[in-house]
Amino acid sequence: MAFKIIASQCTQCGACEFECPSGAIKFKGESYVIEPHKCTECEGVFDAHQCASVCPVPKTCVPA
Amino acid sequence: MSAPAISLESPSTTFGDQLLATVKAGGCASSSCGSSIKPDDTDPAIWEKIKDHPCFSEEAHHYFARMHVAVAPGCNIQCNYCNRKYDCANESRPGVVSEKLTPDQALRKVVAVANEVPQLSVLGIAGPGDACYDWKKTKATFERVAREIPDIKFCISTNGLALPDHVDELADMNVDHVTITINMVDPEVGAKIYPWIFYDHRRYVGIEAARILHERQMLGLEMLTARGILTKINSVMIPGVNDEHLIEVNRWVNERGAFLHNLMPLISDPAHGTHYGLSGQRGPNAMEMKALQDRVEGGAQLMRHCRQCRADAVGLLGEDRGQEFIADRIPGEVTYDASKRKAYRELVAEERRDHVAARREAIGMIKAAGPSKSVLFAVATKGGGRVNEHFGHAKEFQVYQASPRGISFVGHRKVEQYCLGGWGGEAALDGVIAALEGIDFVLCAKIGNCPQDQLADAGIRATDAYAHDYIETAISAIYAAACGTPALAATA
Repeated sequence: MAFKIIASQCTQCGACEFECPSGAIKFKGESYVIEPHKCTECEGVFDAHQCASVCPVPKTCVPA
Repeated sequence: MSAPAISLESPSTTFGDQLLATVKAGGCASSSCGSSIKPDDTDPAIWEKIKDHPCFSEEAHHYFARMHVAVAPGCNIQCNYCNRKYDCANESRPGVVSEKLTPDQALRKVVAVANEVPQLSVLGIAGPGDACYDWKKTKATFERVAREIPDIKFCISTNGLALPDHVDELADMNVDHVTITINMVDPEVGAKIYPWIFYDHRRYVGIEAARILHERQMLGLEMLTARGILTKINSVMIPGVNDEHLIEVNRWVNERGAFLHNLMPLISDPAHGTHYGLSGQRGPNAMEMKALQDRVEGGAQLMRHCRQCRADAVGLLGEDRGQEFIADRIPGEVTYDASKRKAYRELVAEERRDHVAARREAIGMIKAAGPSKSVLFAVATKGGGRVNEHFGHAKEFQVYQASPRGISFVGHRKVEQYCLGGWGGEAALDGVIAALEGIDFVLCAKIGNCPQDQLADAGIRATDAYAHDYIETAISAIYAAACGTPALAATA
């Protein structure tokens, strides 16, 4: 029950990081990474998955 | 006519000496010393805000430089002319950038540029991404830079969706200039330009997305106007999508107090990987652009000197020194030295008084010439408002129109440099001639007989007789000669 970022497609705009309600997304080394144990898939907070909704590249923030 | 007082060559280590020498040589010989440089038809309070801003004042863009820092890469909308993956050092267009910066890296870069580029007057945040949406980084950057360089002007560019949330903070931070990209005022048109927006924690598509964006843009514009913040509206002209509609956009933004309206051509190329590029949507040509600009004349004032620069551009409009200031060329510690910018400003103040007097004289001469003739001039210049670039070195020509109404700047034409490494390329010259379609005269600091003859064959008269004169002085002399006597009278 978590999302992941396909690093090779990521533009590193960082929008997912500040939209994430759980603080689960961090820039680590060369890319943004979702920490699976922190990701709640926005359940109970927002109707839509925030990272996937704001991500400018299709199929880049996806269910793990 | 005084000698050019300002060197716009790359500053060298002896820059201070050069400034001192030019100031001493120039003295205060100008007959116009003490007169105002403010154009007669501009409100004094507004002039104070725009006089050093190259994007908001055509007159200022001859003297002052801007730099953009790409600190806010997050965006809340998708536009069909934008590819968010694009990153290339050889491309020059909005949204393209070679390196994204943190606010601290941006501060070091701004200080390094301020120390080397005395023309620097404006720091802008203009993509990739949206300065208002990625707000924390925008704000942190402005706060850090304001502490180091208090007199630099701040400027942002935004799609407007998140703008109403930050107008009060913009006002608090003395951001005097905001550019909003507004491509439509009808959601039906907007739905063809914006595939989606991210707003209030969800994604909207289609007409609903465009309607929300439109409402937020208008609200943001009205809020800025109410606070006296000057606004420039950028509109991308997309043939067959919003070209006619932009006349309506001009009316709407004019009614809401927009200071400038900048109609820009769509840049579309399959290699850019944008939706429009890949789907074959074409951009408008120079004459289509000018025709649209002429049709909205009389509404919101038009910006005609935009060069659609990169999101990390550095320098005068039309030049980009960004590659000199990439992060690994900037030392870890830089200390701001205010002396060069201060010296440059003092020089410019004097030079501009001289220039304004020369321009008034030139326009008076043209109006007195009488006949109702409209003549287009293409000028090779490297700044300072003078005819001071060699024909073969020009990467662009600034286009001026002279008519009984006076002299107006109407735009620029980009060209491939004709002369590379000392020899002229025939193919390049053909390209230059094609780019100069519709032009009557070319003014430059130097031109060889061969290109001059070929231009003449294409009906374009080129001259270097007015080398280093003010642009308006040269234009008025040729205009008067062209209207009065058949031969081109060289006076310089």
